[in-house]
Amino acid sequence: MRTLRRKLIRDLAMLRGQVTAIAIVIAAGVMTLVMLVTSLDAIRLSKDRFYEEFNFAHVFVDLKRAPERVAERVREIEGVSLLQTQVQSPVRLEVPGFDDPVRGQVLSIPDGRQPDLNQLHLREGSLPESGRNDQVLLSEPFAEAHGLQVGDNLTAIINGRLKTLSVSGVALSPEFIYQLGPGDLLPDYERFGVLWMNRRALAASLDMDGAFNRLALSLQSGVPVEPMIEAVDGILAPYGGLGAYDREDQLSHRFLSQELDQLRMSATILPTIFLGVAAFLLNVLMARIINTQRQQVAVLKAFGYGNGAIGWYYGLLTGLIVLIGCVFGVVLGGWAASGLAGVYMEYFRFPAMSFRLQPRVILLGVAIAGAAAGLGTFRAVSRAARLPPAQAMRPPAPETYHQTALERSVLWRWLSQPSRIIIRNLSRHRLKAAFSVLGISLSGALILVGSFQFNAVDHLIDTQYRLVQKADTNIYFSEPVAPGVKASLLNQPGVTAVETFRDVATRLTHGHREYRTAIQGMDASRRLRGLIDTAYRDITLPGEGLLLTAYLAEHLGVEPGDTVDVEVMEGQRRTLSVPVAGTVNEPIGMGAYMERRALNRLLREGPAVTGAWLLTDQSREQALFDRLWDMPLVTSVGMIRESRTSIRRYIEDTMLFMMGFMLLLAGSIAFAVLYNNARIAFAERARELATLRVLGFTRTEVAWILIGEIGLLTLLSIPVGWGLGTALAWLLNQSISMDLFRVPFVITHQTYAFAAAGVVLAATLSLLFVARRLYRLNMIDALKTAE
Amino acid sequence: MEEVGVSSRVVFSTRGVTKVYAMGEMEIHALRGVDLDLYAGELSVMLGASGSGKSTLLNILGGLDSATDGRVMYGDQNLVRASDRVLTAFRRDHVGFVFQFYNLISSLTARENVSIVTEISRNPMTPEEALAMVGLEERMDHFPSQLSGGEQQRVAIARAIAKRPDVLLCDEPTGALDSKTGVRVLEALEHVNRELGTTTVVITHNAVIGEMAERVIQLSDGQVASVHVNQRRAAPGELHW
Ligand SMILES: Nc1ncnc2c1ncn2[C@@H]1O[C@H](COP(=O)(O)OP(=O)(O)O)[C@@H](O)[C@H]1O
Ligand SMILES: [Mg+2]
Repeated sequence: MRTLRRKLIRDLAMLRGQVTAIAIVIAAGVMTLVMLVTSLDAIRLSKDRFYEEFNFAHVFVDLKRAPERVAERVREIEGVSLLQTQVQSPVRLEVPGFDDPVRGQVLSIPDGRQPDLNQLHLREGSLPESGRNDQVLLSEPFAEAHGLQVGDNLTAIINGRLKTLSVSGVALSPEFIYQLGPGDLLPDYERFGVLWMNRRALAASLDMDGAFNRLALSLQSGVPVEPMIEAVDGILAPYGGLGAYDREDQLSHRFLSQELDQLRMSATILPTIFLGVAAFLLNVLMARIINTQRQQVAVLKAFGYGNGAIGWYYGLLTGLIVLIGCVFGVVLGGWAASGLAGVYMEYFRFPAMSFRLQPRVILLGVAIAGAAAGLGTFRAVSRAARLPPAQAMRPPAPETYHQTALERSVLWRWLSQPSRIIIRNLSRHRLKAAFSVLGISLSGALILVGSFQFNAVDHLIDTQYRLVQKADTNIYFSEPVAPGVKASLLNQPGVTAVETFRDVATRLTHGHREYRTAIQGMDASRRLRGLIDTAYRDITLPGEGLLLTAYLAEHLGVEPGDTVDVEVMEGQRRTLSVPVAGTVNEPIGMGAYMERRALNRLLREGPAVTGAWLLTDQSREQALFDRLWDMPLVTSVGMIRESRTSIRRYIEDTMLFMMGFMLLLAGSIAFAVLYNNARIAFAERARELATLRVLGFTRTEVAWILIGEIGLLTLLSIPVGWGLGTALAWLLNQSISMDLFRVPFVITHQTYAFAAAGVVLAATLSLLFVARRLYRLNMIDALKTAE
Repeated sequence: MEEVGVSSRVVFSTRGVTKVYAMGEMEIHALRGVDLDLYAGELSVMLGASGSGKSTLLNILGGLDSATDGRVMYGDQNLVRASDRVLTAFRRDHVGFVFQFYNLISSLTARENVSIVTEISRNPMTPEEALAMVGLEERMDHFPSQLSGGEQQRVAIARAIAKRPDVLLCDEPTGALDSKTGVRVLEALEHVNRELGTTTVVITHNAVIGEMAERVIQLSDGQVASVHVNQRRAAPGELHW
């Protein structure tokens, strides 16, 4: 046994190239699993801790104004645990040294103490002192974006009055883990901030003494949320309640849970793909390596080693390789997970990232890798052990060949002998060749899966900003105004075109499914806002009825011709039944659209608009913004260029960051697979290649046989890899769709070319490595022995 | 001291050839100064105990390996320290090899195993002619797996002679065969030697085979112990072992 152990170490050293390659495949599979599951777990854990430790509420409601005593009636509803009233208001902010318009939301906290719900995590400084009316807490990302420190000042226009505020501290809130301005899809920490002030001071500024306009409550455990929402709405409707909602509709929570959902999908699908492919390759590669040792197995048996000893030996060999791979996979996976989680921390602000490696996940990875490798080993060893030992003592019987139809054809005569060798080798070992092709194709497929989203995202951004959002600035008004506002906007500096729209906050309901979104009413003839179908053609806006984003229609389960209930979240809060006229294919957001006059009629109002799209001259932008900002009517100015950059950055940081890793792994796997194929082909052919050298063939001529074989396999694999990759990419694509954006299932020519190039590169590198061996091939050694 | 054989033209001439294999710390002196002349058209048999350096010498003569020191002249070309390219060309143009293990390419038929050589030679015979010379014209389209050991070895001989080499080097060509098939292989070698006048060297540890040679070279411990010229050559069919 001691000798066997020595052989084990020698074999590992001798096979180090192949061992490394196999370990890479294992490491890549395990790394994918560890990275995705760990970062998913880290974000979920951080979220849960934050929610729990800082009393994140269950039900939220905004209203116009209610006297504080009304809150007592809400508190008495059966099942309410804690309740917190607040006053809040949108504000305009001026930060020293920053020219762009800055919006904010200011919320009250009880004088000098933490609220009962949605408590703040103080990062720096302290809560505003009780009785002070000029101190504020800033949300951390906003403070960071502007470099604002405790003690710094900024100006705010609250309720039309200019106020100088001093920063008493910096905080994070479970309500603003994803800190989003109204109407935004992505955080813009420079242009939107959250502030907290003492209740008394803020109420005084807002003329809300003894009243509140925001309420949050938590539920006793086990209390259902739907009846509670109805009860709260019943009490608050007379006070201008805008409809209570639960966490599912809470903006930050909703985005966070969608991101988690999508991460969970990725954490299921990507490791399944990667580990599945790795398991397959592992199985094949281990079987191949052991096949090249068949003769050795027979010799060992001839000397009296039992099947048990031989099985133990190869089991140990496999185990060691799996172990090496898993160690690397876990370490690199953990490292990548902390990188990925760090990226998410930029968008989702938690007090701390709770990071842990779950033994469960590691065990799962090890078990899958171990089982796949073990199976391959077992198959090959039992086949080798069945070989009668006497065979090892004789020169190997030549392999069996027969002539095939191809060989009687004219074409055959044109092939040189080396080419015939290649083709016969492949066609005589069809199963083996098929497995090689499948293995290489799978690695190519992984490259395709890892890379298609890069081009698809370009396509998404291009669609959204070339075909849909064609304006370069959008503005929102504080209240509905007559469409005539267009003329005065046209007079502003640098404005070359203006189109207006009417936005109204609604809750769309169909059956038991609902979604809160704005309906945007727009003119039938427009230039600045496109509505497109699945073929990216413009859709004409129908005179009546709703156009829904296809993803929203799917979410609500409606088709054109159905009707949805539209609960209008302003004015008298009427609920109307509106037919769905069609769907639009927008990759970003979950919008609903109508002809503007039809919407006005629906709202029982005259011609009215709430915002406008502008085409502007970029060189005069600053002057324009200054002017717009001075108009009391304008509450928000958005630069579409900015949102284009930020959505691209968001997708790159999250999804593409992850896919970058995947791509790296896919590349490593491709190399590992091809290297092993080349090495094994070399091992199997060494004798023939040496014979050819003896006969006077040059190294280059002999190398051709090896290059030709691997090259042919690679070429055959490319289209198969495209097919498999397209299928896997489709699977992955199906799983990634969020309110925020949907990556279209687009695989460009570049992606296909890239996947093919990756495989060809891997093949070339592998052949270069093997060519070194070919160069050192010792003819005499190769021919002297039987094998 | 040498007697005159069939020809007096020297094809190979070695002087002071040594070969040292370095095995880690140890050095193995496989050849310790070999002086030998081989004459055109002759069939020589090289005898010697296992490990005496026969294969090493043959490999050096055939350009498969190079000597550590000394001189190996093929005509007026010195093979010692020749480059790989020169040796490859030398093998391609002048030498045919036959080994104990036939080393046929299993994915090629008998005919194709021969044509793989004729395709890269300057003045080859056709594969059919070569196979006819070894009595295999009937089995040209068989794959190695469909041939017996003796037949495979004869294909190897046909492959070796098809390019009309100047020298044919055979390392234990009958080593893996029983005596009856071995005789068939030797007959093929003798036939080729007679018909084509190819200088032929056959290594064997079987002294009986020496009787068919014109010249019997005895190797011992890395040196030529004796060279004996047979007055009468036995036909392979007369040999028994
Ligand atoms: N590649 C090698 N490395 C080390 N020693 C070798 C090698 N090839 C041959 N030898 C040694 O050289 C000596 C001569 O070997 P060889 O020429 O094969 O003998 P023969 O063919 O007469 O049996 C032997 O002692 C053998 O062990
Ligand atoms: Mg020998």
